[in-house]
Amino acid sequence: MGKLSFSRKSLGIPYALFLALFVVAPLVVLLYYGFTNGQGQFTLANLTGFFTNPNTLGTLCYSFAVSVTTTGACLLLAYPTAYILAKSKIRAKSVVLMIFIMPMWINFSLRITALKEILTLIEGNLAFYPFANAVIGMTYDFLPFMILPIYNTLVKLDESLLEAARDLGANETEAFFKVTLPLSVPGIVSGVAMVFLPAMTNYVVLDMLYNSTYIMGSLIGSYFAAYNWHGGSMIALILLAIICLFTLFTKGMEEENNPRGGALL
Amino acid sequence: MKKVWKAVIIVFVLLFLYLPILVLAVYSFTDATQLGAIRGFSMHNYVTLFTTPELRNMILGTVALAFSSAVLASVLGTAGAIGAFYSGKKTSSAITAMNQVPVVNADVVTGFSICILLVVVLGVSKDTFIPLIVGHVTLCAPFVFLSVTPRLKQMDASIYEAALDLGATPAEALRKVVIPQIFPGIVSGFALAVTLSLDDYFVATYTKPATFDTISTYVVNATKGAQTTIKTALWALSTVIFLVVILLVVLMNLRAGSKENSERAGV
Amino acid sequence: MEQKENIIELRHITKTFEDGFHAVSDFNLEVKRGEFVTFLGPSGCGKTTTLRMIAGFDIPTEGEILLNGKPITKLPPNKRPINTVFQRYALFPHMNIFENIAFGLKQKKVPDHVIEKKVKKVLELVDLEGFEKRRVSTLSGGQQQRVAIARAVVNEPEILLLDEPLGALDLKMRKEMQLELKAMHKELGITFIYVTHDQEEALTMSDKIVVMSEGKTQQIGTPEDIYNEPKNAFVADFIGESNIFNGIMTGRLKARFCGGEFACVDDVEEGTHITAVVRPEDVILTAPEDGTIRGVVTSVIFKGMHYEIAVESGKNEMVVQSVKAAKPGELVGMKVDPDNIHIMIAEDHTNIFAVEINKSHRLEYNGTVLDTSLTKIIRGSRRSEDGTLLDAAGEEIDPRRIRVIAAIGPGDIKLTDHQDEGLVQGYISNLIYKGDHYSYVIHTDMGQDFVVNDEYLWNMDDQVGLIMPVEKMTFSVKR
Repeated sequence: MGKLSFSRKSLGIPYALFLALFVVAPLVVLLYYGFTNGQGQFTLANLTGFFTNPNTLGTLCYSFAVSVTTTGACLLLAYPTAYILAKSKIRAKSVVLMIFIMPMWINFSLRITALKEILTLIEGNLAFYPFANAVIGMTYDFLPFMILPIYNTLVKLDESLLEAARDLGANETEAFFKVTLPLSVPGIVSGVAMVFLPAMTNYVVLDMLYNSTYIMGSLIGSYFAAYNWHGGSMIALILLAIICLFTLFTKGMEEENNPRGGALL
Repeated sequence: MKKVWKAVIIVFVLLFLYLPILVLAVYSFTDATQLGAIRGFSMHNYVTLFTTPELRNMILGTVALAFSSAVLASVLGTAGAIGAFYSGKKTSSAITAMNQVPVVNADVVTGFSICILLVVVLGVSKDTFIPLIVGHVTLCAPFVFLSVTPRLKQMDASIYEAALDLGATPAEALRKVVIPQIFPGIVSGFALAVTLSLDDYFVATYTKPATFDTISTYVVNATKGAQTTIKTALWALSTVIFLVVILLVVLMNLRAGSKENSERAGV
Repeated sequence: MEQKENIIELRHITKTFEDGFHAVSDFNLEVKRGEFVTFLGPSGCGKTTTLRMIAGFDIPTEGEILLNGKPITKLPPNKRPINTVFQRYALFPHMNIFENIAFGLKQKKVPDHVIEKKVKKVLELVDLEGFEKRRVSTLSGGQQQRVAIARAVVNEPEILLLDEPLGALDLKMRKEMQLELKAMHKELGITFIYVTHDQEEALTMSDKIVVMSEGKTQQIGTPEDIYNEPKNAFVADFIGESNIFNGIMTGRLKARFCGGEFACVDDVEEGTHITAVVRPEDVILTAPEDGTIRGVVTSVIFKGMHYEIAVESGKNEMVVQSVKAAKPGELVGMKVDPDNIHIMIAEDHTNIFAVEINKSHRLEYNGTVLDTSLTKIIRGSRRSEDGTLLDAAGEEIDPRRIRVIAAIGPGDIKLTDHQDEGLVQGYISNLIYKGDHYSYVIHTDMGQDFVVNDEYLWNMDDQVGLIMPVEKMTFSVKR
């Protein structure tokens, strides 16, 4: 019997090794580089440098502001859309949903190019409204990732719960706020996770729109360009810390289905 | 909610999502070099797209990279999911935890950390394509793992034992019974891997050879450049990809529809 | 005894859904204050739809609902003093037990300390003291059921609606809850309207049963009435076990069915087509020569309290409950006390039978394709280019999800010796001369009885074919 189960278990070995080598080891290397200097000596300079440099701190705050606004904008557009789709009586609901998440499968750089042309036509020089354009660009890029998980929770919502609320004296609005909204929180949390973190790190959208590098991820890019592995590693570690904090915060509240994969499954 | 409001919201979101792509699609069939001034219908963008060696190589390279890393990711991820599923609780949760890292991690960090390990520490040359392939497999395999695992959990646990009972070796039981059961999960994992690789910018930037470009890295650089022929040829590329995606979605829906029908008729 | 007023009245209620499906047609009912009324019927009979209209989740297409004499037909559910116990409980998963039960009271802005007292009291009523802080997911099915009842009852509704509330529980739990619900009904004095497809549950619990089928009321009455005096074959078949035979009155207080002539107590005019119902426990097994009819025992099953014995008599089967065993293959006689034969006049002789939609989306009966247009029968449907049938929304119709019922009058069927010419074949199981023609009952090979009027004389047990012209048939669609 031991031999039988050994055969199945052993299938996991290559993948476990792969993950150890290319997921865990790089993180260890990041840790080493982040806390050493060019001579290989332990130092906290990279860390203190980040928090004493007004430039890097400003970038952190700016990215945070962009990210929060983008997440809010996505939520504001995605929730009503997902709600209308989930509640509509049309039978080919999943097909209609496809229309809203299809942009996910078109290469983002090409979509941002298209957006840039349109925005340029409207605004002239995009650098005049950097914050607004950052939010518009990111919302454009990430909106489908917010619609999908919210739709998935709403469409699974048991209709009889709403009827029960109505039966117990709630009008339609009260039933929405007391039943529908609280029960769609897992979808909202998933959607926020799919938008908030990328919006903090995805500097390439801004870079394409108006050559801005004023976002957290881009700091890595600039250290990379300068071959400063130690500074870059520290930024990566700080980003990791933010991601870990966020993940801990939302743990257990998310939709079970992975939203990035949900559409295809 | 009032019907009018519903319509307004839906139309607004659709316009926001599709107007840029559609406008660009229209302009791609003209000789205009920027929005606004149309002089006449022209296919020259498409001619440029398919005849310029640089563009052709970039597109083929991106597709080849996507499929080869998706194949590797599917094999590794599926084997990993099966192994983890049948392992003890500790091993299984260790693999699942490691698997979760690239999923929640920012792609910038994933790309940068692999670059540091392979290129800076181990001294592997980016020109070998090894860092790029490793990077994309790291990006994709966890998602294959995640789409196969639920299928394993749904599977009737005793069918593997039933196969052994009927005389199959463990390897045969896996191949003939388990794999067919989880196959839909593998397929959607593979499809997801392809789209992730096609859409990736960050991992590629940090791991690709200097002379190689994916669509994303190429387009990002091109938007900063001033070469109008290339810029408008990319409009054509965006239109082609848009049409391919529509085609795939339609095919997928047809397949799902016909599968449903045959299931209905079959029983 | 004081005359109690009607608490709720349903007048000519009809509900037609958007796709043309008639869920309920011309439904009438009066419920007195404090009654325990049960809607009983198979799934799809319209009982849940009727309940939902009383609750306010569905609005009737036609008709009126009166509560205490005032119309509430279109009042939204939150404005009705009526509460529902849902089929799968519908407890709010994001609230604990206290919050679930307090929901209705909080809507009514009842002060907190009153809410607390009431919730505590109702939890005692359902035997769940101390469960206030528990989460819904930690409760067993039976406990969730009790919370659902408590959540409805705590609002002191005038009417409590229960939609198959015990359907998801196991048998033992169900029996327990039946008794508890009955006790609760007595204690609270609230009017209960209960929906179930379980006839035993209905008979045990109700003051009044409404038997429903295909959106129509079949019979309204006390459990005793419904069991002892079923109004038609459907009720007889649905309530308890019954032997049901088509027959003809052959004289005063004499009926012929199941291959024999039985004395009965119902005075029905000679020559009338009837349906005879005999409960298995009322059939007496005798020596072969002493019975009204004879037959061969085909199976004997021990059921604990009695044996269930199937006897084949000619081409009929009679199920008998007997405390004495019999041997398969044994020849036995059977008689029935006249009191125990329930005769119902078969008021409508129209022959009704289900036809199939085959794989190429054509109507088919007994292996023969009926030459008629399906698109005219199914409202709003059309054929796609490859011949499949599409509904009004353009989706392919699943033949398994709709049923087509054909009807043909007794005078429109011709009998023939050439059995192959008939749409279906059978033997003559009963006949009577009606002055200018003979009326026949033909038991077909498909197991159904057809009534046929024919001017020519055929003999009992003759094998015949039934010629049924398609143009004389009328069709209706059921889901």
